Amino acid sequence: MMTVTGLVKRFPGVVALDGVDLELRGGEIHALVGENGAGKSTLVKALAGVHAPDAGTMTFDGRPYTPAGAADGLAAGISVMHQELALLPYLTVAENLFLRELPRKAGVVDRRRLREAAARLLAEVGLDVAPDTPVERLGIAQMQLVEIARALSAECRLLILDEPTATLTSREAGRLFTILRALRERGVAIVYISHHLEEVLELADRVTVLRNGRSIASMPMTGVTAPDLVKLMVGRDLAQEFPVKPPTEPGEVALAVSGLKVAGFEGPLSFEVRRGEVVGLAGLVGSGRTEAMRAVFGADPALAGQIELFGRKVRIRHPKDAVRAGISLLTEDRKSQGLVLDLPISANVTLAKLRGFLLRFGQERALAQDLGQRLHLRSAGVSQHVRTLSGGNQQKVVLAKWLNAGADVLIVDEPTRGIDVGAKYEIHELLLGLAAQGKALLVVSSDLPELMGICDRILVFSRGRIAGSVQRADFDAEHILTLAYSGYLKNGETP
Amino acid sequence: MIKRLVLGEAGIGVALVVLAGFFVVAAPNFATEQNLRNIMTQITLNTVLAVGMTFVILVGGIDLSVGSAMALCAVVSGTLMAGSSSPVTLLAGILLSMLVGALVGLANGFISEQWRVPSFIVTLAMLNIARGAAERYTNAATIYDLPAGLNEFGTLTVLGVPAVFWVALLLVGVGWFVLSRTVFGRLVYATGNNEEAVRLSGHKTARIKIAAFVIAGFTVGIAAILYMARLNIASPILGQGYELNAIAAVVIGGASLMGGRGSMVGTFLGACLLGVLTNGLLLMGVSDFERQIITGLVILIAVVLDAYRLRLARKLAVTQPAQALTPVTG
Repeated sequence: MMTVTGLVKRFPGVVALDGVDLELRGGEIHALVGENGAGKSTLVKALAGVHAPDAGTMTFDGRPYTPAGAADGLAAGISVMHQELALLPYLTVAENLFLRELPRKAGVVDRRRLREAAARLLAEVGLDVAPDTPVERLGIAQMQLVEIARALSAECRLLILDEPTATLTSREAGRLFTILRALRERGVAIVYISHHLEEVLELADRVTVLRNGRSIASMPMTGVTAPDLVKLMVGRDLAQEFPVKPPTEPGEVALAVSGLKVAGFEGPLSFEVRRGEVVGLAGLVGSGRTEAMRAVFGADPALAGQIELFGRKVRIRHPKDAVRAGISLLTEDRKSQGLVLDLPISANVTLAKLRGFLLRFGQERALAQDLGQRLHLRSAGVSQHVRTLSGGNQQKVVLAKWLNAGADVLIVDEPTRGIDVGAKYEIHELLLGLAAQGKALLVVSSDLPELMGICDRILVFSRGRIAGSVQRADFDAEHILTLAYSGYLKNGETP
Repeated sequence: MIKRLVLGEAGIGVALVVLAGFFVVAAPNFATEQNLRNIMTQITLNTVLAVGMTFVILVGGIDLSVGSAMALCAVVSGTLMAGSSSPVTLLAGILLSMLVGALVGLANGFISEQWRVPSFIVTLAMLNIARGAAERYTNAATIYDLPAGLNEFGTLTVLGVPAVFWVALLLVGVGWFVLSRTVFGRLVYATGNNEEAVRLSGHKTARIKIAAFVIAGFTVGIAAILYMARLNIASPILGQGYELNAIAAVVIGGASLMGGRGSMVGTFLGACLLGVLTNGLLLMGVSDFERQIITGLVILIAVVLDAYRLRLARKLAVTQPAQALTPVTG
C-alpha cells in the first residue's frame, strides 16, 4: 500500500532520517521500534505530510505520494494518533468525530444525522458512551477510542499509533488490541510504535527497526524475540567524539535522594551523587527521569522523599529553596523554561542570582562578558537578545546562568538536544570541567552514546523505577538498553 | 526611513509631536500657555493610573477595577477628611486613600494568583464590588465639605506647572526608575516574558505579580486624592471608564497585553497623546461623538503599527546576528 524508499530528513545540525525504507501493506500491523531519537517520530511526521522529506520517495497505492501538508495526508487516508490526544475537550464526542465535515442541512448542522453517524462509529470501536457526551468527561482510554473512531470516519486506510498504551491499563490496552485486529481484518494498514516490546511481539505481523535515522532491519514477526530487537536497536553511531574526563576521585556525597515518589510514576527512587562525579540518567522517554529531577529541584511537588545535601537534610518546596541550597536545574526545554527570550544575554545570565534592590549594570555586563568568554559564547555582545541566538549559544546562556548561581549540584536535562556537533563538544567539555572543579553532576539524556561518553556512572530508569546502576567500566549499550526496557516487560523478565 | 521611524522607540514621541504640530495650526488657542496648563491638568489622572497599569500589564495582567477603586478610595478618605481643617486629618486621609487602593490591588493580585483566575475576571468582579462598596459607604451621597487645603493644592501651580501634574511626573519618574533600574523591575519584565523560566531560576513569581497589582492600587489611591484636590468633591460614581483610558495609554505607549514588553516613558507619551488629542479636538469644535470615534481610531492605529513594528524587528533580528557573529570581546 505504502512504499517508502531512501527517505532523508535533515534539521539544522541533525540528520533525523538518513535513508529509511519501509513497506506497509494493507491488512497488516507493522511495528516500528528503535531507541530514543532513532527517527520514529520524524518518520511518522513524514508519512502524515507534516515534514517534507529532503530526499527519497514515497508511493501510496502505486502512485507517488508527495503531501504538501498534514491535510494532504488526511485526504489520502492517513490518520495519526499521537501520544498527546488532539481532541477538543468542550465539544461532544460526535462533534469531535466529524469536526472536519459536519453533516449539514440548509447550512445548519444536522444534529440527528451527526448523532446517528457518530453512534455507528462508536459501536464499531466498541465505545459505549452517548454521542452527546462532552469529551472532557471521558477517560484517557475512551478518548483514544474516540481518536480511533475519528480515524475511521475519515475513511482511514493507514492508521499510525504513537505509544498508544502509555497511559492505558492492561485491560484497556487489551481492548485496543482487539479493535486494531478488527481493523486489520478490514484491510487497514496499521503502524504501531511502542516501548512495550512485549506488545509489539504479541500484536504486530511485521517489524521495522530504526537506528540512527536508518531502517536497519524489516522482517516478519514470526520467531523474533525481544533480545533480537534490542540487539538490532543498539549500536548507534559511535563516531561522535567526547572530551576525556580528567581523572578525579569522587569526593563526599553531595546529593542523596531517598524514597522519592513522583505523581504518575511507580518509584520510590533512591540515588546519590558525589562531588566530582558525573552520573547519567538513561531510560526511555517517559520513564520518569525528567519528573524525578524536577521534583528534586522543587519545580514540581514530590509526593514523598528525603533530600540530603552534603549530609544535611533540606526541604525543597519551590525552586527558590533549591537555588538557595545550591542545586541547579537546566531544563530540557530551554526556550520555554530556561530563557527569557526577549531579554538580553546579560539579564538572562544573572537571573538566578538577582538579589537586593538596585541592578548593577556594569557588574552584570562584565560578568556576562567573562562567562561568555569562558563558554565560547558567540554573540554580537551581551546586550543581544537571546531570542536571536542559535540553539547552542542559547544553551550556553542557560549554563552561564547556573554557573553564575554557583551551585554545587548541577542537574542538566538533555543538555545537547538540538545542538550542532561543535557546540555539543564544547558543552561536554564544560560539564566535565565543572565536575573536575568538584561539582556534582546529574545528566539526563536520551542520547546513550553521550552518557557513555561523559559519565562515571549511569542510572538506568525504566517505567518510573531505577532498573540498575552501571559503572563506567561496565558500560555496554546493549546491557543498558536491556535494563531500560526491562520495566516494560511482564514479570520483570529480561528480554 | 519610514521603517526606522516606525521601528524606533521614538515612534510614539514623533506621533505626539506631529499631532501637536497639527493642532498648533488647526486648533484655535491650542498653543497658549493656559491651554498647555489645561492639558497637563487633564492628563494628570490618566497618567497616574497608567503608571500603575503599566506594572500590571507588564506582568501579563490587566486591571479593570481602577475606576471603581478610585471612587472607593475617594469616598473612604473623603469621609474621614470631610469638615476638618486639621493638617493631621488631611495627611491621614491621603494615607488612607493609598491604603485602600493598595488593599484592593492586593485582593486583585492575591485572588488571581492563589486560585489561578485570569486577572481580567477578578478585576471585572472587583469593578462591581468596589463601585457598590463606594455607593454603600456614602449611601450614594456626594461629599462636598473637603478640607480647603486639599483644594488649594489642586489649584496650585509651581514654576508655571500645575502641582497635581508635578505629582504625576514624579510618579512617572519613580515608575521609570523602578522598572529600569531595580531588581524588582527586571523581574517584572522577566515574569511577563516567561514566568516559568523566572520561577525555575528561583524566584517566587506570584509575589512579583501580586506586587504589580498592589502598585496599581497604590496609584489609584493617589489618583483619588488628586481628583478630590481638583474638583473638591468625593463622589461614589466618579472614575467610570477611567480603567479603559489607562489601558489605552499603556497600549499606545507600546506595551504588549501578553506582558513583558512596554515602558514607563512609552506609557507617559501615550497618556500625553490621548490628552493632546482630546484637547485639540475640543478646541477645533469637534463633537463628542466624533471625538470618541477618532480616539478609537488612534488606539487602533497605534496597536496595528506596533504589531507591524514587532514583526519587522523579529525579521531583522533573524537576519542580523548572522553577520554579527563575532566573539564577545572583553
